[in-house]
Amino acid sequence: MSPSDPLVAIRNLTRVFDVSKPWLNRVIERLPKRRLTAVSDVSFDIPERTTYALVGESGSGKSTIGKMIVGLLRPSKGNVEIEGVDLFAERDPSVIEGIRSDIQMIFQDPFASLNPRWRVRDIITEPVVARGGDTKGLAERLLEQVGLAAEDAGKYPHQFSGGQRQRICVARALASEPRLIVCDEPTSALDVSVQAQVLNLMSDLKDEHGLTYLFISHDLTVVRHMADTIGVLYLGCLVEEAAPEVLFTKPAHPYTAMLIDAAPRLDAFGREVVPPEGEIPDPIDPPPGCAFHPRCPLATDICRRERPPLAPFGAGRVACHHAGEIELKAA
Amino acid sequence: MTDATGRTATPVLSLRDLTVEIPTRHGVLRPVDAVSWDVEAGEILGVVGESGAGKSMTGNAVIGLLDPPARIAGGEVLLEGERIDNLPLQKMRRIRGKRIGMVFQDPLTSLNPLLTVGEQLTETITRHLDVSDDAARTRAVRGLDEVGIPAAKDRLGAYPHEFSGGMRQRVVIALALCAEPTLLIADEPTTALDVSVQAQITALLKRLCRERGMAAMLVTHDMGVIAETADRVAVMYAGRLAEIGPVAEIVGSPRHPYTDGLMASTPAASAGQARLRQIPGAMPRLTRMPDGCAFHPRCPRVQDKCRHDPGPVVGKADYRAACWFPIEAGEDAA
Ligand SMILES: Nc1ncnc2c1ncn2[C@@H]1O[C@H](COP(=O)(O)OP(=O)(O)O)[C@@H](O)[C@H]1O
Ligand SMILES: Nc1ncnc2c1ncn2[C@@H]1O[C@H](COP(=O)(O)OP(=O)(O)O)[C@@H](O)[C@H]1O
Ligand SMILES: [Mg+2]
Ligand SMILES: [Mg+2]
Repeated sequence: MSPSDPLVAIRNLTRVFDVSKPWLNRVIERLPKRRLTAVSDVSFDIPERTTYALVGESGSGKSTIGKMIVGLLRPSKGNVEIEGVDLFAERDPSVIEGIRSDIQMIFQDPFASLNPRWRVRDIITEPVVARGGDTKGLAERLLEQVGLAAEDAGKYPHQFSGGQRQRICVARALASEPRLIVCDEPTSALDVSVQAQVLNLMSDLKDEHGLTYLFISHDLTVVRHMADTIGVLYLGCLVEEAAPEVLFTKPAHPYTAMLIDAAPRLDAFGREVVPPEGEIPDPIDPPPGCAFHPRCPLATDICRRERPPLAPFGAGRVACHHAGEIELKAA
Repeated sequence: MTDATGRTATPVLSLRDLTVEIPTRHGVLRPVDAVSWDVEAGEILGVVGESGAGKSMTGNAVIGLLDPPARIAGGEVLLEGERIDNLPLQKMRRIRGKRIGMVFQDPLTSLNPLLTVGEQLTETITRHLDVSDDAARTRAVRGLDEVGIPAAKDRLGAYPHEFSGGMRQRVVIALALCAEPTLLIADEPTTALDVSVQAQITALLKRLCRERGMAAMLVTHDMGVIAETADRVAVMYAGRLAEIGPVAEIVGSPRHPYTDGLMASTPAASAGQARLRQIPGAMPRLTRMPDGCAFHPRCPRVQDKCRHDPGPVVGKADYRAACWFPIEAGEDAA
């Protein structure tokens, strides 16, 4: 891997789930197999020491991509390369193990992701213990780094508030000195004042440890604050990729513009929002061509027939037959 | 009594020092502590605050649906000038659904999975209004149509699970409004929905309040939703009212340091800045309420007085803040 290579390179990543009814029902009721394409032909890079954010509404495939990157799910097609190694093709277990220890994940729910019967010390050091590493004083040091006290190592998760528990999750993620942390809605369960604490902490740690983040969120304002590059997902497809300031001031994809217009704004009391039309279609039976065409004000014949490829546009990329023709209503 | 604009001069809802208590082994907790406000006809009062602030408890106290052992321990709830906090169960049940409509975060808690949407609507209409079955059906269709359910007439026979999450919340709104209540209590009605659907539902609530002259109490933790939807805003903290006033004042130039911190800590407010402003610490638990002002351990403006004495209420007729040292216009807050 040369220094300019991205830390993470994802190519044509696709994941299909079998969502058929149980076999017996299918035979009796003569139902066909049903497949759901959760992630469809997604490619992007994450350069080292940057934050790549995936944003999209629920069911757009964000978590499925995150899980494939950390190895919790196998891709149906395509590949995930980390540090130049294709994790699902590599045969040498020691190479795979080496890369896996460079990746950690933080989840949305700080209540569900901590074992209630373990002391905080054991929770934090677990990823290191599993690899036979040295854990002396580790938990105490990490707790102080995330803004808690060394004494907290002896306590149990229920003795902490939601924000404090998410700090514990961050400390655990840091224990094995990873290079990449996949954060799946890390602050979505927190109140805004506590969310600000955790986001600031994550920014500080990124600088101190030279971390790379894949930051998954449905919240546009959070993503805008955290990301160096934003990828917008719709029904499993990456529809636009750009730097935050470009994306929010000059979105090139009509879906991005719709999301930005619909998001409630603090500076807009009394604003009369013309809400977007329609809803996200059934992912099992998505519309042909561009999946967004039934809700798109720009849709023409070609949009109903052909899926637009993700192509360079300005400094970013966009998948739209009419890229750049849309304007923000709210601007 | 009606004034020139056609509004009744009596507020639709008045809370007077409403206090809710929960007796526990650790003593008596007070999740709602002497809260007072009015909501006028046609007005949306946004109630905002972090989780555990007492927003839902306040709403539940108004509709008489507190889960025991929580109980109203003091103060009054007035609906169109008439006390409803001391009504017998039977009478309160008649008011709910008829004069007060309710919408909660999870549409499935308000819908019966075993009955069709049409059955639930017509049942509610005939229970509360003196109309024939046929007229009730017509009203049911009109109700679904009004909340934007496509092909309303054909959907009467559909069950709740046959609708998407956003459409289900529309059905709940139709159900809440079908008996033409004068007050709507909506508790986090869009929290479980995606932004595009959230925008649809808040626009719908706004339009319906305006068209029907209905008063609404919109409870949410989302400042953005409040800023776009509410006419006035009440900010709650640890069971108490921190600040209340017109939306432009509360969002644009908050005077209570808590409101100011809450606003500043949303990422939207610090676009372009490397760090978000944060409020240190967390809201106190009810079992460990500090003396004096409940916000003082986190407050950047704290002085000795604040530690012993809850703040005085300052302000004018339609604006109040509970604070010893409220932020003055033009002053830098922290
Ligand atoms: N294990 C699974 N089995 C079947 N379908 C799944 C599974 N996991 C996710 N899906 C479906 O894949 C799509 C994408 O899901 P997800 O990645 O969780 O979206 P997001 O995180 O953006 O909300 C959704 O339609 C979801 O229902
Ligand atoms: N049965 C109970 N026993 C003790 N505390 C309770 C009980 N029910 C609710 N509470 C507390 O009451 C407070 C107010 O809760 P709630 O009104 O639901 O807050 P909000 O809706 O603002 O998030 C919270 O601190 C909550 O923990
Ligand atoms: Mg997800
Ligand atoms: Mg609540």
